[in-house]
Amino acid sequence: MSRIYISESQKRQIFEQLEKAYPNEGAGFLLGHFVEGHIAATDVVIDEVIAAENASAADEQYHRFVMTPKDWMRLEDEADARGLTLIGCFHSHPDSPAIPSDFDREHSYPNFLYLIASVMKGRAQELRSWELARDGHSEHTTALVSDRDWREMMKWPTVR
Amino acid sequence: MAKIRIPTPLRAYTEGDSNIEVAGGTVGEALGSLVEQHPDLRAHLFDGDNLRSFVNIFIGDEDIRFMQGLDTEIETGDSLRIIPSIAGGARA
Repeated sequence: MSRIYISESQKRQIFEQLEKAYPNEGAGFLLGHFVEGHIAATDVVIDEVIAAENASAADEQYHRFVMTPKDWMRLEDEADARGLTLIGCFHSHPDSPAIPSDFDREHSYPNFLYLIASVMKGRAQELRSWELARDGHSEHTTALVSDRDWREMMKWPTVR
Repeated sequence: MAKIRIPTPLRAYTEGDSNIEVAGGTVGEALGSLVEQHPDLRAHLFDGDNLRSFVNIFIGDEDIRFMQGLDTEIETGDSLRIIPSIAGGARA
């Protein structure tokens, strides 16, 4: 189990976006890098949180999100150019818990981080980090750190 | 030879390489060449002989689903790109 380090500002940015999207689902991408792990071989520091368009049909957005290929291309190019990794995505579960659904698992990619936030009655309440597979899922430790500690972590060496 | 750009989550199956040179005159043949070189990719790209629905193949800015699919012809020097469909949702 890896630790996923996310700053208070990044969490606030995610929550504000997802509360704005309520009662629909909101989503975005995460750029990050790997650092030496405490328990797992590597932990992850999130460098940047980027809002993305939810391209699913308007009448499906209350329980679905789909990213556009265009956003993927743009952000993967940017991550590669900056020596970062397009490390994962985040999305909301309106009025549902922050645990992966069957639909999340069926559409999942390996080696990709899925942050899920529950938004209950318009208020984002919980943010959890998952690695998904078609036949299951495992949870990472979501490590919320102060902006000051996050700035220190940004100096830690990248391990891959 | 054409080139295929591998998306970040699947680079674990290409020893970290982001660009792979492939042989073939169609997209289907190019993908065949790719999975022959890196067999662990197959399960993430194909359901049987068909491309998984969450996998998009682009030539430049064009999605091959709006061209001739796996039969789309390619030329030496073409750049193909695998783009994951990132999707999910709370309930069925």
